[in-house]
Amino acid sequence: MDDAASKNRRWAFVVTGLFLAVSLGSFAVNELYIYLGAYLWFGFIYGMCLQYGRFCFSSAFRDLFAVGVPRMIVGIMIATVLFGLTASFLTATGVSLFHAAPSGIHCVIAGAVFGVGMVFSGGCASGSLYKAGEGNSIAALVVLSISVSQAVFVDAGGWLDKLVPASWHAAATARGLPASVTPGEGWVDQYLAGYVWDRPVVRFSGVLGLPNDSFPGAFVGNFLAGVLLPATALLLVVYVIWSRKGFLKKWKREGKSTGFKAELTGFWTMVMSSKRTAIAGLIIGVAAGLHMFVMKGLRLKFGIENAAEILKATGHDFGVTAVGTVYDPGYWYVTTQEAQWLGWVFNKLGWNNTHNIFFGLENGIPNPLFNLAGWMSISLVGGAAVMALLNNEFKWKKPTLELATWAVIGGSLMGIGARLGLGCNVGAFFVRTANGDASGWLFGLGMFGGAYVGVRFFKWWTERKMAKEMGSAAALQP
Amino acid sequence: MAMKFEKTGEGSYSLDVKGYVCPHPQLYTKSALMKMKAGDTLKLFFDNPSSGESIASMCDKEGDEILEQVSNGGAYVWTIRKA
Repeated sequence: MDDAASKNRRWAFVVTGLFLAVSLGSFAVNELYIYLGAYLWFGFIYGMCLQYGRFCFSSAFRDLFAVGVPRMIVGIMIATVLFGLTASFLTATGVSLFHAAPSGIHCVIAGAVFGVGMVFSGGCASGSLYKAGEGNSIAALVVLSISVSQAVFVDAGGWLDKLVPASWHAAATARGLPASVTPGEGWVDQYLAGYVWDRPVVRFSGVLGLPNDSFPGAFVGNFLAGVLLPATALLLVVYVIWSRKGFLKKWKREGKSTGFKAELTGFWTMVMSSKRTAIAGLIIGVAAGLHMFVMKGLRLKFGIENAAEILKATGHDFGVTAVGTVYDPGYWYVTTQEAQWLGWVFNKLGWNNTHNIFFGLENGIPNPLFNLAGWMSISLVGGAAVMALLNNEFKWKKPTLELATWAVIGGSLMGIGARLGLGCNVGAFFVRTANGDASGWLFGLGMFGGAYVGVRFFKWWTERKMAKEMGSAAALQP
Repeated sequence: MAMKFEKTGEGSYSLDVKGYVCPHPQLYTKSALMKMKAGDTLKLFFDNPSSGESIASMCDKEGDEILEQVSNGGAYVWTIRKA
């Protein structure tokens, strides 16, 4: 092992040791903080898997349109199907923590805004976190932009209020929310309380007329109809459009006859085209289900419903919501905690941002050190850093003005899209589709369209720069 | 640092996209390969690990051959022969 590799290995142990110290130290202070440890270590696992598999939801859609590569959409579908299987078991046994979201056209629009943003920035919300762990400062800038744009957007009013339909305003103010919350002010508040909350929640179990918390509802409705069939159909479409032609060309070149066997082999070859991505998808899918199971188990063991009870018990309950809760999804989520970090900073700088629904009623703005679910994202960066260090792939990357510009624009669009869709590529797409929530597929449809627009733009941009670069080299012209 | 694409000899080219993140390296690589003739080789310099995975899949799909892959502390140098 050379010097650089052994140095990287030492740093990997240091980073792991730091997270071990946080989880053990907090547990030593109060056993309730094992809850923090659970979030932390699942985040760490997600980070390691994401980095190992180069697992980025942005890449799933973008690489299809940009370079015709389906490896990532395959990896994501593998993860979704496996998570769907474990999630269905949790739903059927009544221990699922999943909350379905309202479905409607807003999911598609939110996904589209998010989709454009993730192509511009070079990575989705979870992808940017893991790339930050590789030492990529541009990805860190994306994470910061997601955080800032969300924290600002959820409290933005003024001229934006003039764009709110009167019906949204009327419905929002008639909700009877706690007095400290002002649902009649701010665009996002009126969008949520005046529009989104009235949209129907659609789960595939319900569509088939099956009780959700039953084995038929969970496995036939949510899993088979809501996950397995759509995922398989999507992969077949991807195979036919992006993979089949190239595979059959190679197959024929080898003198083999075409037919059903060739198609089946072609499909399987596409699925296994990147073993790293497939393996990562497999582990993420299982870990995401296990994560929910562990969080539910801890809630039952300690008799708590929400992490705010832990913060109150340990005297760190600054920033809890008007109803005494904090953000505590109980499963993998990414963008909300990032908004909370900046929300807390802005609040400390004097911005009164606790009257809006997002911070004041739904999530709170706890100190980032005591934001238990927030540790999931911090450790995701750490897990990715450890994996990158162990594979000698960690490299500090300085931003250029061009990439920093795309990072800020893309990150901001992702932040806005995440708040419109009540989640990002993980919370609004991955988790919801795996749990048979139709809103997840609608968000995915929007991401697909948004990514297409983003790629069209970047193809034009790339060609323009290549043409400039080659302008003086006539010999390079085809 | 800016992207750099140049002809380094008869039938050999070099593309330097170090410092770039997704999707730029794979887009520039695809664009560069499209400008080259069958049998030409491209020396590709990049340092974004996830782009490598996409470029490898892209080459496999198009039939382009990756002749050499060198990795050094998060920086990569690949030699690709266009099909």
